[in-house]
Amino acid sequence: MRAINPNNPHGDSHTHHILSVLVQNRPGVLARVASLFARRGYNIFSLAVAPTEEPDYSRITIVVDISATPLEQIVKQLFKLIDVVRITELDPRRSVERELMVVTVRADGSQRGQVVELANIFEARVLAVGAEAMTVSLDGNPEKLDDFEELLRAYGIVESQRTGRIALPKLDREARKGAAKGKAS
Amino acid sequence: MSTKETLTGAEALIRALEMEKVEVMFGLPGGCILPAYDPLLKSSIRHVLVRHEQGAGHMAQGYAHVTGRPGVAMVTSGPAATNMVTPLCDAFMDSIPMVAITGQVPTTAIGTDAFQECDTVGITRSVTKHNELIMHPDDIPMAVRQAFHIATTGRPGPVLLDVPKDVLQNTMTWYWPTDDEVIESLPGYRPTTKGHSRMIREAAKMILSAQRPVLYLGGGILKARAAAAVRELAETTQIPVVTTLMARGAFPDDHPLALGMPGMHGTATAITAMQKSDLLIALGARFDDRVTGKVAAFAPDAKVVHVDIDPAEQGKVRRPDVPIVGDCRLVVEEINKAIAELSAAGSGQIDITPWRSKVSGWKETFPLTYDPHEPGAALKPQYCLEKLRDLAPEGTIVCAGVGQHQMWTSQFWRFTEPYTWVNSGGLGTMGFAVPAAIGAKAGKPDRTVWAVDGDGCFQMTAQELVTATTEGIHVKIAVLNNTYLGMVRQWQEMFYGERYSEVDLKNCPDFVKWAEAMGCVGIRVESPEEVEPAIEKANSINDRSVVIEFRVEEFEKVFPMVPAGTSNDEVVLHPSQEPRRDLLK
Repeated sequence: MRAINPNNPHGDSHTHHILSVLVQNRPGVLARVASLFARRGYNIFSLAVAPTEEPDYSRITIVVDISATPLEQIVKQLFKLIDVVRITELDPRRSVERELMVVTVRADGSQRGQVVELANIFEARVLAVGAEAMTVSLDGNPEKLDDFEELLRAYGIVESQRTGRIALPKLDREARKGAAKGKAS
Repeated sequence: MSTKETLTGAEALIRALEMEKVEVMFGLPGGCILPAYDPLLKSSIRHVLVRHEQGAGHMAQGYAHVTGRPGVAMVTSGPAATNMVTPLCDAFMDSIPMVAITGQVPTTAIGTDAFQECDTVGITRSVTKHNELIMHPDDIPMAVRQAFHIATTGRPGPVLLDVPKDVLQNTMTWYWPTDDEVIESLPGYRPTTKGHSRMIREAAKMILSAQRPVLYLGGGILKARAAAAVRELAETTQIPVVTTLMARGAFPDDHPLALGMPGMHGTATAITAMQKSDLLIALGARFDDRVTGKVAAFAPDAKVVHVDIDPAEQGKVRRPDVPIVGDCRLVVEEINKAIAELSAAGSGQIDITPWRSKVSGWKETFPLTYDPHEPGAALKPQYCLEKLRDLAPEGTIVCAGVGQHQMWTSQFWRFTEPYTWVNSGGLGTMGFAVPAAIGAKAGKPDRTVWAVDGDGCFQMTAQELVTATTEGIHVKIAVLNNTYLGMVRQWQEMFYGERYSEVDLKNCPDFVKWAEAMGCVGIRVESPEEVEPAIEKANSINDRSVVIEFRVEEFEKVFPMVPAGTSNDEVVLHPSQEPRRDLLK
């Protein structure tokens, strides 16, 4: 993984791809996927993994910042892993993406109201309040999180943690036809 | 089979290997794998005890190369497992079906830095097609079945099973999974074998309408056992054929359409035919950098039909115009049918006679050549190889290490049948020849097996000749001793201004005494007159292994040569042919 560029936190939109990788839930599967990216020289921008509705399978959502040609290669290499069952490349325009962020921001007495006001606008939740700082959480579209984080920066971010995005295809007509179910290849 | 049978994990492992029809395995016992060696005493499987674990791995590879069946190696944990990494990587690069079994510390000790513990599965992850740490004896039969299924289907490759000592000691109730259960247990593994019919028709049309086509055969032809189908394709269309280092033997070298090996040390004809081609029909080949030279300048006018069972090879290096994912034999058979149908329907092949005569002209003008032996000078290695080749009994299998001797063998041997050439192509593992030859001989005991080795390579794995002697697996080794790391020396001469750095092996051991110490017959050959009698003597000895040391010219170089990273158009010819190079235009 590499550091986030604050000026372009989610990479160039032309090179941002979301891979939804369905894997058999077996020991070492995450290491296999991660080491494949390292071995072939590709960067993982963000990664989220959890079991799916079927306990034998997990879904790994990987955001990669690469152009189309190496993406095709990495998808093919990934699919060679025995534990990888299906790979779907999600088009950001045709998928719903969600991410969770927890952020501690400087907010002494004079600024607390302003931060709470911002949190309300964004429908963020206040998790903890201290004398000098407060911790808020926000979930939603990653771009919304970017905007919120950007506005909080003015107050001074002490610490923040984001989960990396998870995504599923949008339930539009295309998706209902099953177009998003196939393997990317 | 109605009564439930209780076995130890070790017994289950050995029985599972027997069920997979393993006849020979190569290995060396140690602490954690010890339990598995006990049931081996009463098993039908022959175990070949090696002197170094790397040898076990390369023997399994040599066995797989010549038989097409998966090679099996079994060693203990820790250092034995790390010694297995090189053969695994070698098998991975060259798509060799292989199953390696390693011992592991008991499950309770995993992660504690126990004696002879290492993260075998982690270390071998990127050099295996698949690997698995077996955590319960109940899982052994399925893991073994999966391993053999994965190793031998799709693009073949090595699979490693890591088995902790307590998993071998504890008991399980024996069962044997059905084929369906194995396939069902691997939902992410469904290799495509049948080619896309529209693409196959498209390929057939392109083949019939190409003016300067070349059949570019890779090792996949041998893996798919497609040599007969490919020969039919070549003969029907009269398209010239190049066979890569991994495909030597897939098409007979004495065939009028054969152009020999392409690539860095390929024939000028094979290299140039590809460069000038307007259609490359790549079958089970992967556009390796040693074949393409500078990729941007490789076969610039050629369209590409690429048949490969591994979809990741399509477009990895060169974007194909017609990609076909599938088993080479099945796909080429379908292409042959499509060509017959198109021809019957009146859309026959365009006339490629001008192309063929051009290629034949190159073949005549630029044969492989070397300077003749000068009186009083050391032997020419190419001469020794020509004699070895001419005196080899029918069906001889030849193995090679890595370096100049390997290239000369590939160039000067005349391969007439598949599965008679065993070498380390992708990884380029020095020391491969001796153990690979032993594995090949174990798989094909009725064949004569020659290993051509260099003095550098021989010193890496010669100890396995002790294995050959004690196991009665008699091989013949030709050491081309130029007292140098010859290929490195050649590069230093050509590209580093003759600044020879750490390539001098002059203080080599006495190879004859060394051979004798290992129970072999040792012969030293220093003059041309001694060459034939020595080879004839070696060929007549069948109760011991034989090592012939040929004292060869120190400064001999391999030609042609495409310097690394340059275009194939810049191939350096043998000095005697350079004045004629304009004829390659």
